[in-house]
Amino acid sequence: MSSPKRIGKIKFGLLSPKEYRKMSVTKVITADTYDDDGFPIEMGLMDPRLGVIDPGLRCKTCGQRAGECPGHFGHIELAAPVVHVGFAKLIRKTLRATCRRCGHLLLDEMQQHEFLLKMHELKDKNYSTEETVKNVIKEARKTTTCPYCAEQQKEIKYEKPTRYVEDSHKLMPADIRDRFERIPDSDTELLGLDASNVRPEWMILTVLPVPPVTTRPSITLENGQRSEDDLTHKLVDIIRINQRFQENREAGAPQLIIEDLWELLQYHVTTFLDNEVSGVPPARHRSGRPLKTLSQRLKGKDGRFRGSLSGKRVNFSARTVISPDPNLSVNEVGVPETIAHEMTVPIIVTPRNIDDLQEYIKRGPLNHPGANYVKRPDGKRVKVTDKNGDEIAETVENGWIVERQLKDGDIVLFNRQPSLHRMSIMAHRVKVMPFKTFRLNPAVCPPYNADFDGDEMNLHVPQTEEARAEARILMQVEENILSPRFGGPIIGGIHDHISGLFLLTQKGTKFTKSEVYELLRKCTVEKPLPTPAIVEEDVAYYSGKQVFSQVLPEQLNLTLKAKKCVMHAVCLKTDCEIDAYVKIEAGNLICGIIDEKSIGAFSGAILDGIIREYHDTGFTEASRFLDNATKLAIRSIMAFGFSFGIDDEDVSQQAQLEIEEIMEKAEERVSALINAYEFGELESMPGRTLNETLEMKIMQELGRARDKAGEIAGKNLGFAGELALDNSAVVMAVSGARGSMLNLTQMAGSVGQQSVRGERIKRGYYDRTLPHFRKGDLGADARGFVRSSYKKGLTPTEFFFHAIGGREGLVDTAVRTSQSGYLQRRLINALQDLEVEYDGTVRSGEKVVQFVYGEDGIDPTKSNYGKSVNVQKIVQDVIEKHGSG
Amino acid sequence: MDLQEAISGLKLPLNVRNDLFAELNSLQLSENEITEILQATQDEYARSKVEPCEAVGTIAAQSIGEPGTQMTMRTFHYAGVADINVTLGLPRLIEIVDARKVPDTPMMTIYLEAESANDRDKALQFGWEIEATRVSDIADILTDTDEMQIYVEFDDRVMQQRGVDLDAVVTKLQALQDVDVRVDGSNVVLSPSVKRYRALLQIVEKVRTMVIKGIEDIKRVVVRKEGKEYVLYTEGSSLKKVIPLAHIDATRTRTNNINEMHEVLGIEAARNSIIEEAMSTLREQGLTVDVRHIMLVADMMTVDGEVKQIGRHGIAGEKTSVLSRAAFEVTVNHLLDAAVRGETDELAGVTENVIVGQHILLGTGDVKLIAKTSKA
Repeated sequence: MSSPKRIGKIKFGLLSPKEYRKMSVTKVITADTYDDDGFPIEMGLMDPRLGVIDPGLRCKTCGQRAGECPGHFGHIELAAPVVHVGFAKLIRKTLRATCRRCGHLLLDEMQQHEFLLKMHELKDKNYSTEETVKNVIKEARKTTTCPYCAEQQKEIKYEKPTRYVEDSHKLMPADIRDRFERIPDSDTELLGLDASNVRPEWMILTVLPVPPVTTRPSITLENGQRSEDDLTHKLVDIIRINQRFQENREAGAPQLIIEDLWELLQYHVTTFLDNEVSGVPPARHRSGRPLKTLSQRLKGKDGRFRGSLSGKRVNFSARTVISPDPNLSVNEVGVPETIAHEMTVPIIVTPRNIDDLQEYIKRGPLNHPGANYVKRPDGKRVKVTDKNGDEIAETVENGWIVERQLKDGDIVLFNRQPSLHRMSIMAHRVKVMPFKTFRLNPAVCPPYNADFDGDEMNLHVPQTEEARAEARILMQVEENILSPRFGGPIIGGIHDHISGLFLLTQKGTKFTKSEVYELLRKCTVEKPLPTPAIVEEDVAYYSGKQVFSQVLPEQLNLTLKAKKCVMHAVCLKTDCEIDAYVKIEAGNLICGIIDEKSIGAFSGAILDGIIREYHDTGFTEASRFLDNATKLAIRSIMAFGFSFGIDDEDVSQQAQLEIEEIMEKAEERVSALINAYEFGELESMPGRTLNETLEMKIMQELGRARDKAGEIAGKNLGFAGELALDNSAVVMAVSGARGSMLNLTQMAGSVGQQSVRGERIKRGYYDRTLPHFRKGDLGADARGFVRSSYKKGLTPTEFFFHAIGGREGLVDTAVRTSQSGYLQRRLINALQDLEVEYDGTVRSGEKVVQFVYGEDGIDPTKSNYGKSVNVQKIVQDVIEKHGSG
Repeated sequence: MDLQEAISGLKLPLNVRNDLFAELNSLQLSENEITEILQATQDEYARSKVEPCEAVGTIAAQSIGEPGTQMTMRTFHYAGVADINVTLGLPRLIEIVDARKVPDTPMMTIYLEAESANDRDKALQFGWEIEATRVSDIADILTDTDEMQIYVEFDDRVMQQRGVDLDAVVTKLQALQDVDVRVDGSNVVLSPSVKRYRALLQIVEKVRTMVIKGIEDIKRVVVRKEGKEYVLYTEGSSLKKVIPLAHIDATRTRTNNINEMHEVLGIEAARNSIIEEAMSTLREQGLTVDVRHIMLVADMMTVDGEVKQIGRHGIAGEKTSVLSRAAFEVTVNHLLDAAVRGETDELAGVTENVIVGQHILLGTGDVKLIAKTSKA
């Protein structure tokens, strides 16, 4: 069987009983599957003509082996027609809209004609005709006597799921089918059916197709027993009842029994199609588990559509734990040798590479850069072993394909779930390494949102030249430094990278020449060292800024304000006394301290600057800078030494007393507020109840107290004023590497108010939060104010309140992830077909959604934080150029 | 060389041209320099343009969806004033793309005409005008179960402040059915004709919530100074009734109810409203997302002239492709309907082609290039 090159379109329709029989390879009449010898019974549910599942056997219909044979349908002749549940509602509508005697649609010719015209008009314009069909049925239902045969119409009641009652007389599926047969073809279009392909009576089943065995394979258990698929079980039920029905009818059983059996047959066919119909008890397995029948296979997240068709399993992929390696380039990924052994890249043998490939084959599968398989042009695959390597290497010819093991420099795709944006899958170059984890540069953690607390990531090896080219050109890490979300860099230094460069570029750092070389050892720097900036007692020293300048590209010009900029009314520029004005001129850091704003992920202005300065080589230049800068940062932080311990939160006795006093006073004020409230002296704020007013005021008071405590602690630790660079917490918070003033406050000052839903904690016991307090106590400590700091330690009640507040955070995250996941799925589904056309319009299929993308045709990725052209910079550059030249 | 003319002749977006003019007009530059600047600007613009075949839809969806994980769930107080509660964060974003008929917390921002904008008293006065004043706001309502009577004791001071006239209230009260209204000074005595306890309480409730002045949907008005002018924020929204009022600046007055914007001001206003609401929601959370992504979502929601939801009952449910709809939600029903209607899937979109295992027609998959091999 040959398959078409490209599927052009897919037409949906109903199959007629005739077609069911035509495509069937056998009638199924026996409910049994296998005989005593374990062979499938002819005309049974496992008839060998329905396809093969056992390896080694050949299909009796098409002669192919298991895996090649797609399987073939059989059929069951139903003893009596039954309703297809999926069409139950449509059947109801059709019954009500057509004449019970002549089958005509209950509309006179005039009306019919009108509706038809309208429908054709809508169809021509490619609009939905749903509304018209609804109107047709509504109108037709109003007619009480048939305009064609003058038959009086009767009210039809529908009882879920498959019962139709006319005048307290039950309509059997056979009756319905008879009626539907009488509906003229010309009327079906108005009922919303595809007149040329669908007949209404096909909604009543007389023949049931039996799906091929390949779709319901039986499993052989360890004890040799066969376990059948749910569908097979259901089919067995159907055949049994079908047989009984037939026998009873032939024996002339009373109508009552016949009707019962008919209903039973209906039940089985219904649950075969859908086992979750409301009003029908689901068919169950012997163990009590509901059977998974046809609808259940298609539905839902793990169903055929979402689970198997929209998302597919792939080969050539690997998964393991990740760990950091700052010595790798951001473009690289460290792959464990064991994985490199298994994963292969197919290479076509050509005169140019035959020697190399023969070498790989000779090395066999066990010596790392070896080969695992060789594929001959006739499609035969030969496994390379360490024994036959030499032999195969000799026979290899041009045009063969060698499946070579993964080696350094190969391009692979690297991914971490959840894949929320395109930067969740990027292309890296392989670096084969010992041990068992994937290694990546910590600077690429932000786009993947990865950390190393046990995260696992996936790796895919592209198998075609086109795929590799696309991966390299479009997906490589350096191509994705800029985020399409906001047009700024999303990759950049994190944690120690920032602390390191922050310490290095402080004023007053000095290094001898050999120290400089030590710092720059791991970097690839081509710039010659400049003249030392400092000479003291005849010894030449380089400043930290000079060292950092070594890794900056030479054409870079940039000014920015560092994170700790205090926003002087008039910027002091180069004279800034806190060195917060960063100026880079021709690749030299003139002044300013490098921190998060300069190299951090999500904000790194230097990376952004490089990419925009170097038009064609920007990304490469940027990734080189990032590699160098991060390596320099790591080496400098090692040189300075950096650690964080409990004594970094030590606050002086004096400060502790001050904090104590603040807390004391705050609590006093809170009790004063409560007193005022209890005596009814509190004025309520506009639009608030007295209670809300009190709560708000208390929250404000306590918030202020916490902030004040933090301020004192901060000042004491050296957070404000003259920075205490010997305090790691301060360095990290000020540079933006990690942590914030709030974290410091909580560690050294006071943890502050714990809240649930933005309010003080108030639930728990009757009228009180914990049994340690009096009933009705509104005081700070009784409602979840944690006065202690983390360092000091929490009292038992405080500890409880903290746990309550913490729990809310956890619940919040759990709820949020599911909600935002669904939001994303909906957005993707709604927008995925949109594309920019060559004329600049944005279209979904034929429909124009925007005439110019984003009103100016600018790609947000390439934009300057959303702005299309930075006119100011261009003007400045030109003036400078002319001014100096 | 005329700068204005030179700039307006360029094929650049309006905002860039404006920037250019603003920047260059103040400087005295030589013709050479200007030409160079204009050239450089055009070059940079050309460099930043979107490439054809770019899957902008997916990028937009990801750019909005990805920060969703970082948003908070809670309803916060309105920035600055602890007065009006507004839904923010993820729930608000979901609300916007859902195109809900009524948002969780409807709210209006009313700007005043230039002459009254700087006048605090006028702003307050206007606030009283539109805020729904209920009987319970201006009077104490006492229920006498012995006599089966209701005493409504009006507070003169509040009535004056709110500009409510006693006669007007009495007229409204008289409209109540089965109630006898008797005015006694500044008090009103209501005696229901049916002397039953339940009936009495029902009437009390009716009286209490009766709106005597203002717009019913506007529950509260807060006046805030913004820059130089006073701006009114309202809890509850009724754009249709506010827009025609005198003294307001109808060009800037808005509501956070997108459907209301659509009804009153049209589809373009709805589009802009979606963009503005989504942007401010994201901004408030400290997340930067390019407007272009949100514009695309807003355009997609409004192309057909009505505000459509992103999801099953909107865009996703109205797609032409059967397979795409089946893969989204309610799989089986879509397939059955497609069968009866004899629908055809043209396999034009992304999901359909993934399902049948073909290249998708986007990005590099949409380029049909074949390299010419020279037969040597």
